[in-house]
Amino acid sequence: MEVTTNTQVNERELWGGGAKPFSASYGKIMMWFFIVSDALTFTGFLVSYGFSRFKNINSWPIADEVFTHFPFLHGIDAPMYYVALMTFILIFSSVTMVLAVDAGHHMNKSKVTFYMLLTIIGGAIFVGSQAWEWKNFIKGEYGALETKGGQILQFVNLENDKRISIQDFAIGINSERKTHKSNIGLWYQNEKTLPKITVEEVKKGFLANPNLTIRTEQISENGQKTLLSRDEAIYKIDDATGVVEGANLIHNEYGNRLFADFFFFITGFHGFHVFSGVVINIIIFFNVILGTYEKRGHYEMVEKVGLYWHFVDLVWVFVFTFFYLV
Amino acid sequence: MAEGQHKLAIFRGLLKFKSNQQKIWGVLIFLSIVTTIEVGLGILKPEVLMTSFLRMKLLNWIFILLTIVKAYYIAWDFMHIRDERSGLKNSIVLPLVILIPYLIFILILEADYIFDVMDIGFVSWNF
Repeated sequence: MEVTTNTQVNERELWGGGAKPFSASYGKIMMWFFIVSDALTFTGFLVSYGFSRFKNINSWPIADEVFTHFPFLHGIDAPMYYVALMTFILIFSSVTMVLAVDAGHHMNKSKVTFYMLLTIIGGAIFVGSQAWEWKNFIKGEYGALETKGGQILQFVNLENDKRISIQDFAIGINSERKTHKSNIGLWYQNEKTLPKITVEEVKKGFLANPNLTIRTEQISENGQKTLLSRDEAIYKIDDATGVVEGANLIHNEYGNRLFADFFFFITGFHGFHVFSGVVINIIIFFNVILGTYEKRGHYEMVEKVGLYWHFVDLVWVFVFTFFYLV
Repeated sequence: MAEGQHKLAIFRGLLKFKSNQQKIWGVLIFLSIVTTIEVGLGILKPEVLMTSFLRMKLLNWIFILLTIVKAYYIAWDFMHIRDERSGLKNSIVLPLVILIPYLIFILILEADYIFDVMDIGFVSWNF
């Protein structure tokens, strides 16, 4: 009878074909193959980002100038510190995950519970941070003008060589122009909310203040954005057709619109992965508490979601490099 | 997997750990150091590294290299690829190692070509 029990225990680990390929379980291998295909999806995203960047290599936005916020430090230029912190949070939650897997190998239920909880908290903090990054990115900081060709004109105060917000120098003009709504027109059409400031107001303010000049998208030899002389700027500002404040999928005050598009798609896709990872982790967490895996005799499920969670961390390492560092 | 089945040495056997937990903390410290170096370089941007090498700044090459190092240790020690059979290891790593550089190569080359066309072409993109 003892022999029969033994074979039964072994058979539970075998696949349908009566063997155990790579001496790994079915679920684990399928998780690995999912990760490989998902890695290729992210590769597609990141490489197309590289494509657009090399295509516009001399006018791409400089990440240090875009992501400058840190919570509770208003008006202080802190490029990258916050993303670096996010990276540490995610790496740390990866460590607690791998510790949970390790505790699972030792069938230590209370430790698995504790480490899973830490992992969930880390993941939640990360998703929250990303939402905050998005908020700042969408809201924008200085505002800019957009030209007919879709280029962005930003404004610099020559007195202190710092960027200046268009709201700070635009001079108000009383205008009859109102947001068109579908219920007041001849046609059942409406338009998006108009920016608070019009191009004319920015132009008027710009011409009135001789200390201002325009910063174009072009990157000069020393790796900085090109500043126009005052005369060039006065000539250039006539090309402006619209005011841009913040960023969305169509307009982007930081420069090339593709930059905003890729930012939303890549960090959004990654954030979605983190979010679903947190949800899966919560499910597994409750299963651990309920003792599901204790009854099953192994904590392999924790190992499988662990693989997914580490993969999310792995992708972030690349997103961090290509969006914020390079 | 029992404790004995984990391979506990990293850096090609240079650093050996007593238990799997110790290895995890060791790898965390290593990854943190690498990230700190990256962030430090990104903030300081040393003038020496701003020279162009193979059409990209030397600094950027260093960032990419460090990223791949980090990715290696996450996959090998956190995802336990180090402990898997070589067949599984290869079927995961080889497709990525072959396909990703290929995709990078064709797309970046094409992007560089399009940049040249737009740069020296007769059409103005900035108006």
